[in-house]
Amino acid sequence: MEIGISHYLTVSAILFTLGVFGIFINRKNVIIILMSIELILLAVNINMVAFSAFLNDIVGQVFALFILTVAAAEAAIGLAILVVFYRNRGSIAVEDVNVMKG
Amino acid sequence: MGLQALFFYLFAFVAVASAFMVIAAKNPVYSVLFLIVTFFNAAGLFLLTGAEFLAMILLVVYVGAVAVLFLFVVMMLDVDFAALRSGIIEHAPVGALVGLVLAVELIVVIGGSTLSPEIATHAAHPIPPISERTNTAALGDVLYTNYVYFFQIAGLVLLVAMIGAIVLTLRHRENIKRQDISVQVARTPETAVEVIKVKPGQGL
Repeated sequence: MEIGISHYLTVSAILFTLGVFGIFINRKNVIIILMSIELILLAVNINMVAFSAFLNDIVGQVFALFILTVAAAEAAIGLAILVVFYRNRGSIAVEDVNVMKG
Repeated sequence: MGLQALFFYLFAFVAVASAFMVIAAKNPVYSVLFLIVTFFNAAGLFLLTGAEFLAMILLVVYVGAVAVLFLFVVMMLDVDFAALRSGIIEHAPVGALVGLVLAVELIVVIGGSTLSPEIATHAAHPIPPISERTNTAALGDVLYTNYVYFFQIAGLVLLVAMIGAIVLTLRHRENIKRQDISVQVARTPETAVEVIKVKPGQGL
C-alpha cells in the first residue's frame, strides 16, 4: 500500500479536528486554547507540505514557511497579552475577559 | 508495506495521539510536553515528504522557541489549573459534535476527490531532483527571488511581534532602586562631599 497524498491530508484533518475540539472542551483555559491554535496551524502546514510534495511544486513549502512565521508571531503576542491580563486581573479564565463590556 | 509506510504510520499515530493528549492532559505542563512530541512527529512527516528544511525549521522554531515560551508562561503564571477544567464535561458533547461533523466533512472531501495526473506538470516552481539541488537550496532559489517581498514582510511581522511583546509586558515598577544616570552625572564635589574643620580635642 503506497502512501499517497490522501494519507497526509487525513492526518492533517484529524489534527485540525483535534485542535477545534480542544478549543471547545477547554473553554476556560486560554493557554490550552493557544496550544489548540498551534495544532490547527500545524495541520495547515502539513497540508501545504503534502501538496507541495505530491504536486512537485516548491511554492507550497515557501508558504508553509510563512505560516510558520505567522504562527510564531501569534504565539508570542498571544502569550504576552495573556501575561499582561494575568497581571491585571489575577486570572486567565476566559469568562473573566469582560473588561471592555459596557 | 515498505519502510516509508511503516514510518508514516508511526509518525502519524504518535502525532495524533499526542495531539489528543495536548487537549486532554490535566496539567498544562504535560500539554506543552505533548505539544513538543506532536511537533517532533510532524517534523518526521515533513522529512518523509522530502521537505527537509521545513522539518528542521519546525524543530528549531516550534520546539526551540514557541514550546519553550509556552512552558515559561505556564510555569510563570500561578493559576489554579484544576479550577479551569471544571466545565470540561459539559462542554465535551458540543465539542465532540462539532469536531465529528468537521472531521466527517474533511474526510469526505479528501476521500471523494482525486488529483488530476497532469496537474503536476503545471507547477509554478517544480522541485528539482534531490541529486541536483538540495531541498534547502531549492527553497532558497525561490524564496529569495520570486518571493523576496513576502520574505521581507514575514521579517516585518516578526519584528512587530517582538516589539509588541516587549511593549505589552514591560512595566515600570515603583519603589525600586534604579540607576539614574543624569543624577549621577550631575553630581559635583559641592553636592557630594562636605568638608568639616574639626578642632583638635573637641570632636564633632
